[in-house]
Amino acid sequence: MTALELTIALIPTLPLLGFLINGLGFKTVPKVLVGPIGVGVVLASFALALSAFSQFSAGGNQPINVLLFEWFSVGDFSLRFSFLIDQLSLLMLMVVTGIGSLIHLYSIGYMSHDEGYGKFFAYLNLFMFSMLLLVMGSNYLIMFIGWEGVGLCSYLLIGFWNKNHDYNDAAKKAFIMNRIGDLGFLIGIFIMLGQFGSLEYVEVFDKLVTGNFAVGDATVTAITLCLFVGAMGKSAQVPLYTWLPDAMAGPTPVSALIHAATMVTAGIYMVVRSNVLFVLAPTTLEIVGYVGVITALMAATIGIFQNDIKKVLAYSTVSQLGYMFLALGVGAFTSGMFHVITHAFFKALLFLGAGSVIHAMSNEQDIRNMGGLRSNLKVTYLTFLIACIAISGIPPFAGFFSKDEILLHVFAHSKFLYVLAVLGSAMTAFYMFRLLFLTFNGSFRGTQYQKEHLHESPLVMTLPLIVLAVLSMVGGFMGLPPVFSSTNWLVSFMEPLFDNAKLANAAMFSHPHPSHTMELVLMGVSVTVALVSAFVAFSMYGKGKNVPADDKSYSGAVKVVYNKYYVDELYDSIFVKPMMALSSICYSFIDNKVLDAIVEGVGQITRGTSERLRMLQTGNTSYYLLAMVIGIIVVVAMNLM
Amino acid sequence: MDLEIIKTIPLEHYIYFSTALFCIGIIGVLMRRNALIMFMCVELMLNATNLLLTAFSAYNGDASGQVFVFFIMVVAAAEVAVGLAIVVMIYRNSRSTDIGLLSKLKW
Repeated sequence: MTALELTIALIPTLPLLGFLINGLGFKTVPKVLVGPIGVGVVLASFALALSAFSQFSAGGNQPINVLLFEWFSVGDFSLRFSFLIDQLSLLMLMVVTGIGSLIHLYSIGYMSHDEGYGKFFAYLNLFMFSMLLLVMGSNYLIMFIGWEGVGLCSYLLIGFWNKNHDYNDAAKKAFIMNRIGDLGFLIGIFIMLGQFGSLEYVEVFDKLVTGNFAVGDATVTAITLCLFVGAMGKSAQVPLYTWLPDAMAGPTPVSALIHAATMVTAGIYMVVRSNVLFVLAPTTLEIVGYVGVITALMAATIGIFQNDIKKVLAYSTVSQLGYMFLALGVGAFTSGMFHVITHAFFKALLFLGAGSVIHAMSNEQDIRNMGGLRSNLKVTYLTFLIACIAISGIPPFAGFFSKDEILLHVFAHSKFLYVLAVLGSAMTAFYMFRLLFLTFNGSFRGTQYQKEHLHESPLVMTLPLIVLAVLSMVGGFMGLPPVFSSTNWLVSFMEPLFDNAKLANAAMFSHPHPSHTMELVLMGVSVTVALVSAFVAFSMYGKGKNVPADDKSYSGAVKVVYNKYYVDELYDSIFVKPMMALSSICYSFIDNKVLDAIVEGVGQITRGTSERLRMLQTGNTSYYLLAMVIGIIVVVAMNLM
Repeated sequence: MDLEIIKTIPLEHYIYFSTALFCIGIIGVLMRRNALIMFMCVELMLNATNLLLTAFSAYNGDASGQVFVFFIMVVAAAEVAVGLAIVVMIYRNSRSTDIGLLSKLKW
């Protein structure tokens, strides 16, 4: 194993080591060591990822395949446990380990008073390990292992405070909804295995290119649809999105890391990874685009009326994920990935900022009880403001570049989708600034106790905020639009990933680029929309006015949106209730009456028979002797016959 | 021993006699309740067998049947020694040799 291979192999191994130390040694590892171990392993992974990146660049951007071991082989199929390092996995690696280290660091401060401190770090490290497997694996099965691993960690961390029943329900909901998606993913993998006889990315994509598959091939469409069902579950798209807002039950660093920056973008990673498959299935891409835009709009409208600081951010995440899928749907894989990266910066920042607010407010999450926090939480306020500007798409912060690139591609693809996307972007700016103003402007609306305890978070918590704020400011420059610069680093970096896709379906990539004037006009439109929305939000909520009233005062359409379109209730009555009814029938009739009757019947028959047979054993010696004589006679008689 | 004396009685008679003796033994074991009498009946069965073995051995001119008889006698003697010891113990405990009292060997 060369030094480079060792470096790559160590990237996921270190967090696993951290998990084993903190997990097996929970309550025995001293508290002062838990944090440094938990953060240290992830930081080391980040450093290794950087080193792998520099060696990758030095080696001429050639994909590196690291074989750890042959896992198993059945017939002609053998599965290699190996990692693939290419442009895509490196980008994900850096985002996951980089933001992961910041959030781990933040957790030292945020979770310091929690009794499950060690357990928390163990779970976080396990999550990092699974996520790294997901993005580094060189075939779909390894990706699936990571995929399931992150699902498990998500479940464990949502239900981290497992003494609260609602939190456990949220955890179960997340897990079950993800299972639905996972089933789709798994079926997709099986079809793929049947069709191509391999799960290695390289082999599958080669076979796709050399196999002369027609665009719109039925098998490929089926595979991509199944894979997309998996992506819908993991990345919280309509109709499987309802778990993500509930997932906010977990500690805030978890929401930032798993439910905003990394895990939920796994679906996008998977689609980008499978770009060769998807370009051969335009129907699927069309579906992906529409699902994305519907999700973006639906979540944005819900976000406008939420009053829980984390719920607003959760719906915002769902909405932004919708944008990413919209980008993938119009074939703009690079833009989708770009938005994954910038979104990871500012959404992690928003969640960590929200965590800082919640920490300062003694676990208050309702923005109706906040207000005026600007003066007490200066760093949090400033970084939160930066994140809001970034997510709203106001230049020159990160969100502007990525979102604008998506909008540009959507415009080139379909004007109708473009209008919807701009509408969503207007809502994004509105609800983000509404959140900002309600939380930080006006006067304090909380209790006296909370007011006295208001405090800025310690440095371990504000440092990640500052780093992420800087990234949110400058992160967009990795993908400058053509009108400003002739070289777009991200586009040229990711170019080789789509070589196969171009061979498979060249038409997909031959869209004429909009002229620079058009580009500027579109940019102007989106910036104006964002600024106007922000201004509307300011005039409505800027002075601490229009604080949302009590839950019960809503009526009409607002009430429907406030209650999240009653989707949860709908699912409840369509799926959960009938399932419960079926279960209760199964329990009270099939289990209690039929199965128990069979099982107990066997017991009763044995018992009853024995009860009668034991009467034969009287204890009378003559009787035994008689039995013996009869037995001998029978044996002799049988022998004679 | 003069085998000719044995042969003065036809073989069938020995068989009938042994069978009768053996059946008496069985019936005795099954019907009687006194442990000592049951023992005697067991001896009766053994002797029925011995007689048969001797008769066959004589008619066949083969000595191994008679050797077998000696073995049976030895075993029977040992068995009686052990059996009588048990009967004595039973008598000491229950002041009786009635087999009907020994009905504890059950569920």
